[in-house]
Amino acid sequence: MRLKLVPDETNFDFFGRPKLWLGISVFLILLSFGSFLIQGLNYGIDFRGGTTIRTESAQPVDVGAYRDALNALELGDVLISEVFDPTFGPDQNVAMVRIQAQEGEEAVTPELITAAQAALATVAPDIQFVSVESVGPKVSGELIRTAALAVALAIGAVLVYIWLRFEWQFALGAVVALVHDVVLTIGIFSELQIRFDLAIIAALLTIVGYSLNDTVVVFDRVRENLIRYKSRPLKEVLNLSINETLSRTFMTSVTTLLALIALFVLGGDVIRGFVFAMIWGVVVGTYSSIFVASTFLLWLGVKRDWTTTGDGGAGTQFADVDA
Amino acid sequence: MLQIDLWKRVLIWGVVALGLVLALPNAFYTRVEVHNDAMAAIELGADTPENQEKSAAWPTFLPSRLVNLGLDLRGGAHLLAEVKVADVYQTRLESFWPEVRDALRPERATVGTIRLQPSPPDELRVRISQPEGMTRAVELVRGLARPVVTLTGAGATDLDVRADGSDIVVTLSEAEKAATDERTMRQSLEIIRRRIDEVGTREPTIQRQGFDRILIQVPGIGSAAELKEIIGTTAQLTFQPVVGRAADAGAPAGAGNEVLPSLDEEGVFYILEQAPVVTGEDLVDAQPSFDQNGRPAVNFRFNPSGGRKFGDYTAENIGNPFAIVLDDEVISAPVIQSHIPGGSGIITGNFTVEESTNLAILLRAGALPAGLEFLEERTIGPELGQDSIDAGKVATLVAFVAVLVYMALSYGLFGLFANVALILNIALLFGMLSLIGATLTLPGIAGIVLTVGMAVDANVLVFERIREELKTAKGPARAIELGYEKALSAIVDANITTFITATILFVMGSGPVRGFAITLGLGILTSVFTAIFVTRLLIVIWFERRRPKTIEV
Repeated sequence: MRLKLVPDETNFDFFGRPKLWLGISVFLILLSFGSFLIQGLNYGIDFRGGTTIRTESAQPVDVGAYRDALNALELGDVLISEVFDPTFGPDQNVAMVRIQAQEGEEAVTPELITAAQAALATVAPDIQFVSVESVGPKVSGELIRTAALAVALAIGAVLVYIWLRFEWQFALGAVVALVHDVVLTIGIFSELQIRFDLAIIAALLTIVGYSLNDTVVVFDRVRENLIRYKSRPLKEVLNLSINETLSRTFMTSVTTLLALIALFVLGGDVIRGFVFAMIWGVVVGTYSSIFVASTFLLWLGVKRDWTTTGDGGAGTQFADVDA
Repeated sequence: MLQIDLWKRVLIWGVVALGLVLALPNAFYTRVEVHNDAMAAIELGADTPENQEKSAAWPTFLPSRLVNLGLDLRGGAHLLAEVKVADVYQTRLESFWPEVRDALRPERATVGTIRLQPSPPDELRVRISQPEGMTRAVELVRGLARPVVTLTGAGATDLDVRADGSDIVVTLSEAEKAATDERTMRQSLEIIRRRIDEVGTREPTIQRQGFDRILIQVPGIGSAAELKEIIGTTAQLTFQPVVGRAADAGAPAGAGNEVLPSLDEEGVFYILEQAPVVTGEDLVDAQPSFDQNGRPAVNFRFNPSGGRKFGDYTAENIGNPFAIVLDDEVISAPVIQSHIPGGSGIITGNFTVEESTNLAILLRAGALPAGLEFLEERTIGPELGQDSIDAGKVATLVAFVAVLVYMALSYGLFGLFANVALILNIALLFGMLSLIGATLTLPGIAGIVLTVGMAVDANVLVFERIREELKTAKGPARAIELGYEKALSAIVDANITTFITATILFVMGSGPVRGFAITLGLGILTSVFTAIFVTRLLIVIWFERRRPKTIEV
């Protein structure tokens, strides 16, 4: 007997309550924007500049004592947090110390790092600095610009690709879904104040890729069904296509989630934020390819006669792989 | 109906076998690493029995390229340095002063006395006492300019000369600045590379980034501070004539002279002529050695022009002291005993063996042409790297097994075929990573996990399609064929779009982002290959043997 999460034949009406789905999405997007505007993102040093020191000691971390030791140095904003992780050994007490970029410094200040390390060593003599990372303000500004540019470029590039392979309505639908996913992901990072650094940008772009993957598979089926059922209303064709690809959508999402959850639980605290972003992205991406991308396609309407090569042949000219 | 040509089958198995062989060394990582290190040592001349034995740990007929482990996995130091290219302008202009002086001297009658004026670093200001002669003076100085050799600036000269009241102002032309910047960057890269190579660490990355930056990543080094020490030391060596000795740094030096402290004698200062006789740039070799008293010293040798200058100077100044200056400190100021021809000599001082070795390395590697500013530095301890590797390994293994079980449960026999392809896919991915010498980082491991998801997706698309085709009952063979045919466009579109994002990530990204993009991009290539070709071949082979009347997917 086969394991089946989705029955062979499904006949859900995905467009029966468009206002509900739209409402959920709009609500979450507004929430994301609100959270972003009010509390902003918890930028890591990649984007903000400054220094993070990861300490490890056999003694339990005493955040107050660490803070007192560092306050004497007058480093400005210092953030100390203890790190818990199930993969740590019994005498592994880890803390993260984050020191803001110093005023008027364009580059990294080595004296500051040495001073901070010496101060911490007075509190916990056996302390080890397992990682020290410092980013100057000059670079951090550039990193955030390049990152934003990378996300924009990626979205632009897939827009063009789908436009060439399908029709502009498909491209627009897919891109709206993508922007939806990216906004919601940034939103949850802002809401939960998870550290937002360079690796998260990698995760964001993966979400772009994954969500697109889903959307494209659905669209591919829509295109096929549009040719097959020339006279059925667009809404029905879309519904049918989503139902037909539903078991695949779930199958793939579940396998990817299985892998990601394993990484989330067992992969250690260093990449947890990164993996969390991807898990969220897979869930949101699956949702958006069904409810956002297709709804948009329905609204925009799409040319029905795909067989003519006359004036409207633009969408099919690169699409003869599946002939 | 279900047919695959023999040559295609051979080709597919060939690619798979090649991938497996290339991936194989990674299964014996430590052993191969020991072998590689020993081979490298033997190549450098350390052909000891011990190294021979180590190199025998891995047979030479097998490939020995490994996936590089990134700093976040292995531990090490990362530095991003900005080269202050403008530093060089000043030196260039300063060195130009003697030429200007010599050119104007014969024309004293028209220009009057010539004096160097204090000026900002990017210009040279010379005052003449008779401004009436300015036209002639500017003409003469202009005559000293040389054409710049660049691709774009044909016809441009290296200097801009203008008159400003009674001053002649000399600046570098834009074309010359660009050419100088380029030279400075190349030189800096080369020198940093040589200095790090001298320390002999494994697989350092030294790359130019953008216009004036250099990225340096060295695995296995203790800290970024240590790395900075290795590359940051300038080791500017000069040999300068000694004018006298002084008791403090504020002693009056006189025009064209400078006061520098002694390296090993407390409170001793030397007054030296600023213009050196020979500089470290003329050095061709420096080796640690011992002087006649058995104390550590450094032997050096000049190139022919440096050797000639050194020889001429020593011949004319027997009995006078001259100073060996390293980074604005006088190492020693011996009295010239005799003419030293041949261009070689020895530096003695209060060195330990280690110091003399380091000095030799620094001298050999030459001076950095410009200062460095460190914009980013990261140290990842080896313990953290090991923890990350362990966690990553366990997580990947669990993820992998979970996916394999889930696929087998969902698709039965076809799921097993997909699983075989998935395992081969990961092997191929590692083979390709090893082949191109890519670096595996922590996000890279996440990229592999995602690849597992993507690889399964292509198979899922096909299997779901076969299921659908089976409903319209055209017989199993036809269903399989149609399944592959119809799923192809979705697989291609979905993977190309993801590949586009991976490419953009690779081009735009740095560090962790790039590591992720590599595994994701290569993973897409290998997963499309295994899903379209390998699983299909497996299914076809199975189908040919069993000839089932019905199939269950």
